[in-house]
Amino acid sequence: MADLSTHFAGIESPNPFWVASGPPSNTAYQCHRAFEAGWGGVVWKTIGDPIVNVSSRYSAHNVNGQRMVGFNNIELISDRSPETNLREIKECADRWPEHAVIASLMTDTRENWHDLVKRSADAGAKGIELNFGCPHGMCERGMGSAVGQNPDVAETLVSWVMEAAEIPVIVKLTPNITDVTAAARAARRGGADAISLINTINSITQVDLDRLVPEPYVGGQSAHGGYCGPAVKPIALNMVQSCAADEDVRLPISGIGGIGTWRDAAEFLALGASSLQVCTAIMHYGFRIVEEMKEGLSDYLDSKGMATVGELVGKAAPTVNSWENLDLHYKRIAAIDYDKCIGCNLCYIACEDGAHQAIDLVAPGDRGNGPGRIEGKPIPEIVEEECVGCNLCSLVCPVDDCITMVDVETGKEELTWKQYGELLEQGKIDPIPAHP
Amino acid sequence: MSLEPQLDPLTAAANMAEMEPPYTQQQARVEASRCLNCFDAPCITACPTGIDIPGFIKKIEHAKDEAAGRTILEANILGASCARVCPTDVLCEGACVLNARDEKPIEIGRLQRHATDFLYDRGIRPFSAPTEKSGKRVALVGSGPASLGCAAELALLGHEAVVFEKSEQPGGLNTYGIAYYKMPPAISLQEVDLIRSLGVEFRCGVEVGNDPTLAQLREEFDAVFLGVGLGQTRALGIPGEELEGVVDALSFIQSFHAGPLHETPVGRQVVVLGCGNTAIDAVTQAKRLGAESATIVYRRTPREMSAYYFEYELAMGDGCDFAFEATPVEILGDGKGGIRALRCRRTRPAEGGGVETVPDSDFELPCDMVIEALGQEKQQEWLASVLPGLELDRAGRVIIDPASGQTTLAGVYCGGDAVNGGKEVVNAVADGRKAARGMHSAFTGEQVSGPVQASRHGVAGEPSGSGYWEPVRVPERARAKAGL
Ligand SMILES: Cc1cc2nc3c(=O)[nH]c(=O)nc-3n(C[C@H](O)[C@H](O)[C@H](O)COP(=O)(O)OP(=O)(O)OC[C@H]3O[C@@H](n4cnc5c(N)ncnc54)[C@H](O)[C@@H]3O)c2cc1C
Ligand SMILES: Cc1cc2nc3c(=O)[nH]c(=O)nc-3n(C[C@H](O)[C@H](O)[C@H](O)COP(=O)(O)O)c2cc1C
Ligand code: SF4
Ligand code: SF4
Ligand code: SF4
Repeated sequence: MADLSTHFAGIESPNPFWVASGPPSNTAYQCHRAFEAGWGGVVWKTIGDPIVNVSSRYSAHNVNGQRMVGFNNIELISDRSPETNLREIKECADRWPEHAVIASLMTDTRENWHDLVKRSADAGAKGIELNFGCPHGMCERGMGSAVGQNPDVAETLVSWVMEAAEIPVIVKLTPNITDVTAAARAARRGGADAISLINTINSITQVDLDRLVPEPYVGGQSAHGGYCGPAVKPIALNMVQSCAADEDVRLPISGIGGIGTWRDAAEFLALGASSLQVCTAIMHYGFRIVEEMKEGLSDYLDSKGMATVGELVGKAAPTVNSWENLDLHYKRIAAIDYDKCIGCNLCYIACEDGAHQAIDLVAPGDRGNGPGRIEGKPIPEIVEEECVGCNLCSLVCPVDDCITMVDVETGKEELTWKQYGELLEQGKIDPIPAHP
Repeated sequence: MSLEPQLDPLTAAANMAEMEPPYTQQQARVEASRCLNCFDAPCITACPTGIDIPGFIKKIEHAKDEAAGRTILEANILGASCARVCPTDVLCEGACVLNARDEKPIEIGRLQRHATDFLYDRGIRPFSAPTEKSGKRVALVGSGPASLGCAAELALLGHEAVVFEKSEQPGGLNTYGIAYYKMPPAISLQEVDLIRSLGVEFRCGVEVGNDPTLAQLREEFDAVFLGVGLGQTRALGIPGEELEGVVDALSFIQSFHAGPLHETPVGRQVVVLGCGNTAIDAVTQAKRLGAESATIVYRRTPREMSAYYFEYELAMGDGCDFAFEATPVEILGDGKGGIRALRCRRTRPAEGGGVETVPDSDFELPCDMVIEALGQEKQQEWLASVLPGLELDRAGRVIIDPASGQTTLAGVYCGGDAVNGGKEVVNAVADGRKAARGMHSAFTGEQVSGPVQASRHGVAGEPSGSGYWEPVRVPERARAKAGL
């Protein structure tokens, strides 16, 4: 059993799985339930001057019958008073001393930041998260992503917070920015102890085509909402890795965005996160999901011979290179396992219409008929000379391990785009002919 | 003693109600979303009418039920019947690629029913015939699925179609032969109405032969289509067949398709002779109409049955009995004109593949009704008398040109059971449509093909579902070879 205990910028927790700031971390009642279910930490629903919410608030992007592949909301920060929230934080921190109760804060003036930071520490919070990310409502009041999108403002606010903070401070970043590392560097310059990302992405998930108003519907109108859930994971991974790889950031990262399974968690860790936060998956299935995530992560670490979570952190980050350093001479092509092929021809039509016309439908010949193909009906065949190794067919094939991408020995030495450009300039190499 | 109806109206109706409930909207959408949307999909190839199956399924998934229904009826005007009566296990669903992923195939039949019901429930007529007519007139003999497929296509191509049917009700076996719990006659009749709405004329109660003669029809019309199906049920030729209570399966089934279910006379102990799909239909329906016992007597073993396995399972589930390796010898009377029992003799496999009877093995099966389901006869003699020169093959099937559906007589086309010796509704519809296209090119010199199916767009070679070749899935063939 690998050791899941987590030490994140001075915040201790029994495991890296934290409830992200949002509806699941709204009350002491939920916080107790989360810890009972096995979560390692709870980032409280953002505290600030109480706001008023609208009805309705959420909408979803459903794909192929799968609900909530993406999810969005137009909710604001906590609608409860700071007094109530801080009282409940204290109650939870007292009852769960081994766990991480973290106060998420959002306010405006220096005095107000100092005040909230101190009161959070007094309530027993183990850390503070600054919400510089909320993309709706609050930013119109100069808070949330209005701060996160402006590195100078963010830096100033962080420095105000650091003046008063005696517990670790995490800056939560918005993805609604061209270069997230600029915001991460600002957090570092301001003196933050860690960053967390991503908050939600500006979005409209769907339009009600009868009323011709997007969802969520609020009395004949709608608003841009914050997007999250499984669909945002690739964006979050990209941003986490970018920050992890940036020499000028060098802060612990709490990874957020579309995490719902142990695999998601392991991928965030491998790209440089050292704690993990979850919101939508809990809103979909409840706190119980942490069980599978802890078990799966622990088994995975065991299978890799890793004793602690820390050993996985950042393992895959260095393999993300800039494009110009990739080997132009590496080659792989698709190979079909005819014993598995069920004859759907999706690979054929994908390559034919969407890639490089490198699959033919041919008479089955001595490749037999596979498990389910109609006798005599043409079967797909890779035209190896045409295949550029794009992966498309292997991605559309509905059978596990049926189309694999196999390395081809080209006998050529490594040549990157960068090297190629240099060699070309020096006249030491002939131009690679353009694809016909 | 004459046979009596056994059930009250409510029980009879409940027992014979359509077995498969329709989908709810959500069930249909969930099932539709399982479909992989294969390209040049095997399910299409396996459908004799070549319905664009992934095409219509994806329309259901995206809440376009009406468009889905239209896609189906474009390829197969009897799409609503076929959704219920097709042996999908051996056609589209049997070919679905999900079988090979060891998953349940897509329930294509039920989805098809969902989409076609959508049209019929709302009285939507998805097509109208062109207002400009060609002036060509075609007489169709018989109003079964073959003629209906032909007449609809003719009407859509602008030709006039007149259907002659000897029965009072149109639709052929599709109206009065299909097991009630698969489909009540009303479904078939609403399809006839749809075809009528395209301008096709139906003359029911008119038997072609003497008045009018085929020669007259050939004279009066530009072409003739023979959709006459097969003939009478074959007789067994054993003593006692004249007793009251001996009926042929088709007459028995037809009786309750024409009259109220609860007025159908049924024996208490029913014996059915034969083991094809018709025999299964007879035995299950006798049981469902109140017989205390219903038993199939068959010379061979379950392995040799010509009935589909799923039909056999259905009969077993209904509590029907099977007396395998037995052959009827004599129907024994009760002395009052009715039946007392069936005398049978044991059989066993003979050398060389046949069966032989076992000496001294006679036994009696008590019964008061015997239903003979030994298959329908071919109509060689009748055809020879009404259409001299029409060529048949050795099995008595009408020979046609596989591309145009034309017989060896110019201007005379044929399709359905009369050509294939007795297959399914869907084969007959496909044949009929093919013949209509054959006539159209004879009339106009134009070739017509079906609509280009999005899910096959760009496939070279023969369109699938043309009926030129019959796909057999490999596992089925392997199973057949292994004698299972
Ligand atoms: C009991 C039974 C159950 C079946 N169950 C199924 C099933 O579940 N699923 C399935 O797909 N298939 C089933 N079939 C098969 C299917 O019904 C036939 O394959 C199909 O109906 C053949 O269509 P057809 O148009 O060739 O002939 P038919 O349906 O037989 O139609 C022929 C029509 O021609 C008329 N006719 C004949 N001679 C003349 C004449 N001289 N003048 C005027 N009219 C004439 C007849 O009255 C009849 O209406 C079943 C068949 C039987 C017998
Ligand atoms: C309804 C809702 C409310 C949220 N409220 C807050 C909030 O008050 N403060 C905050 O920092 N993030 C908030 N978030 C963002 C989440 O903490 C998280 O960053 C984001 O949803 C991505 O993670 P996920 O894909 O696991 O949901 C909210 C998210 C949702 C769905
Ligand atoms: S890898 Fe790309 S190019 Fe090669 S066969 Fe597959 S889809 Fe075509
Ligand atoms: S996508 Fe996969 S299963 Fe489908 S035809 Fe291609 S190789 Fe076979
Ligand atoms: S074979 Fe099955 S999965 Fe493929 S298109 Fe047909 S119904 Fe859909």
